[in-house]
Amino acid sequence: MTALAHEPHRPTQTHAEVTRDILGTLKTPSRGYYLALFGAVAMFLVGLFTFTMLLKEGLGLAGYTPPVMWSVYITTFVFWIGIGHAGTLISAILFLFRSPWRTAVYRSTEAMTVFAVMTAALFPIIHIGRQWIFYWLLPYPNARFLWPNFKSPLLWDVFAITTYFTVSTTFLIVGLIPDVAAIRDKVSGWRHTIYKLAALGWTGANSQWRHYTRGYLYLAALATPLVLSVHSVVSWDFAMSIIPGWHGTIFAPYFVAGAIYSGIGMVLTLLIPLRKVLHLEHMITDYHFDNLGKLTLLTGSILFYAYAMEYFVAWYSGNIFEQTTFWRRAFGPMWWAGWSMIICNAFVSQLLWFRKIRTNLTSLFIISLFINLGMWFERFVIIASSLSNDYDPYAWSNPAITWADWGILIGSFGWFLMYFLLFARTFPVVAIQEIKEMIPYPRKHTGGH
Amino acid sequence: MARKPVPGVLASFTQVDAATEAITGLKARGFRDLTVYTAAPNHEIEDALKEPVSWVRLFTLIGGLTGVTAGFAMTIWMSRDWPLLVGGKPIAAIPPYVVIAFELTILYGALSTCAGMLILSLAKSLKGRPYHPRFSDDRIGIFVPCAPEQTGAVRSLLTQAGSEEVTVHGA
Repeated sequence: MTALAHEPHRPTQTHAEVTRDILGTLKTPSRGYYLALFGAVAMFLVGLFTFTMLLKEGLGLAGYTPPVMWSVYITTFVFWIGIGHAGTLISAILFLFRSPWRTAVYRSTEAMTVFAVMTAALFPIIHIGRQWIFYWLLPYPNARFLWPNFKSPLLWDVFAITTYFTVSTTFLIVGLIPDVAAIRDKVSGWRHTIYKLAALGWTGANSQWRHYTRGYLYLAALATPLVLSVHSVVSWDFAMSIIPGWHGTIFAPYFVAGAIYSGIGMVLTLLIPLRKVLHLEHMITDYHFDNLGKLTLLTGSILFYAYAMEYFVAWYSGNIFEQTTFWRRAFGPMWWAGWSMIICNAFVSQLLWFRKIRTNLTSLFIISLFINLGMWFERFVIIASSLSNDYDPYAWSNPAITWADWGILIGSFGWFLMYFLLFARTFPVVAIQEIKEMIPYPRKHTGGH
Repeated sequence: MARKPVPGVLASFTQVDAATEAITGLKARGFRDLTVYTAAPNHEIEDALKEPVSWVRLFTLIGGLTGVTAGFAMTIWMSRDWPLLVGGKPIAAIPPYVVIAFELTILYGALSTCAGMLILSLAKSLKGRPYHPRFSDDRIGIFVPCAPEQTGAVRSLLTQAGSEEVTVHGA
């Protein structure tokens, strides 16, 4: 017991109990689950209806008016891309750092990553207008044999997002294979047939583990620089331009820290109810939430610094356009968005200095909602508020937000939650194989290895 | 069509040190082609098996190098194919193309790693070798392919090491 007290990351169950408990989460779900799924599908249908109307009427329906031609859709795109980052941080970066507490939470965060990137990937297509020719972004020549402009950050983004989606999906699927085999061995009938096909003949033989463990390590090593690059590239969509409020060298690290911060916020929002619904309290403990809280505090503090530095640099630069942009962020017509971002991200995260708050799930859940809200506002402020006041005051105008903006935003949450709920019902949300790796097998001789 | 069963002995263990003792004993007696089933990777078993490092890394390296080459080749070739001078910048400007080359390094490297894992895992066929669902749960399985006249000796070695159940296959 003393040893366990010093190793809170180590599960206290036996191998058989781990299989039983995690497979228990795949049994017939409760009424609450179906209600949540129904809600998610209904939200998705709202989005689908709005998208159909956009196809029919064009982007004017979303209130696109000069100078704010990037508004809620691009804000929501950056928001969802950011959400994905915490998953890769926890599944790949903390794997390389041998951080054992990640084990209980990494599967659900990795699934969140894939579904968040799937959601984000819809937005460039929704936003471009004339959505039926979205494939013009791909590197093939047009009718005049012109190739895409590879000097454009928007095209870098196409490559970054496509790579991120492919690699994070691959990483999730590879991690699932041994667990799918464990399910195959426990179920019967048509479910056995499906899981048998999905397990790709996995038996856990030494000849398989030998290549699997190495391959998984290299995938983690590849995903690590990728995750840092993706949000850097997203930030360059803005920073490479000369719009006041966008043109900052701080943008890449500022966006990466914000992405991880927002992602952990979403992890907490999903994991706290999920743990209760799936009865996983003994696997995902206060210790895990305490660590997630510390990670939130770290990234939230980096954001606090970045916000302060943005304002400082605007003042110190002596550039009147930068100074005006930042003055208007705090005291202009969109002050409510500017202050929402600062309060929800920079200030609320500082509550996590207190251990009592980090281990109190109610307070942590409320904080996570503030983070989600604050991080959406952060992107909205950076994108829409910066565009609303360009160099010439006669061209200033506030973004016009319409029902079509809200419809797509609601639809994106529905789309994301729908996939996440279906995943939680079909695959283990806690990695069976990695949890078992942390539990020592019984020994006939006591003593060290 | 089911492959003909491989003759040999299958043992099930609950204790890891008993399994490693059996593996060490079998290897000392010249049984090299062992199949050890575990629900999760285990360092003690890896140490006892003394297998060389996987060649997956070669797939990762080749994939990554192909990606970086493809990234630069595609962007430079496409820029030069229809040269358009934009903003006074060089036709083929390397700094912006680093981003594309980097992303393709990761993409090709990751896909090639997966292909490597699959190819190398399938290279050793496990068809005809017995498996039990308990091995993905809480037991360690060891299958020793051997001729019928060796089964007695193998069986007693496995039992002495601490196997809870030993069965003879394909005899």
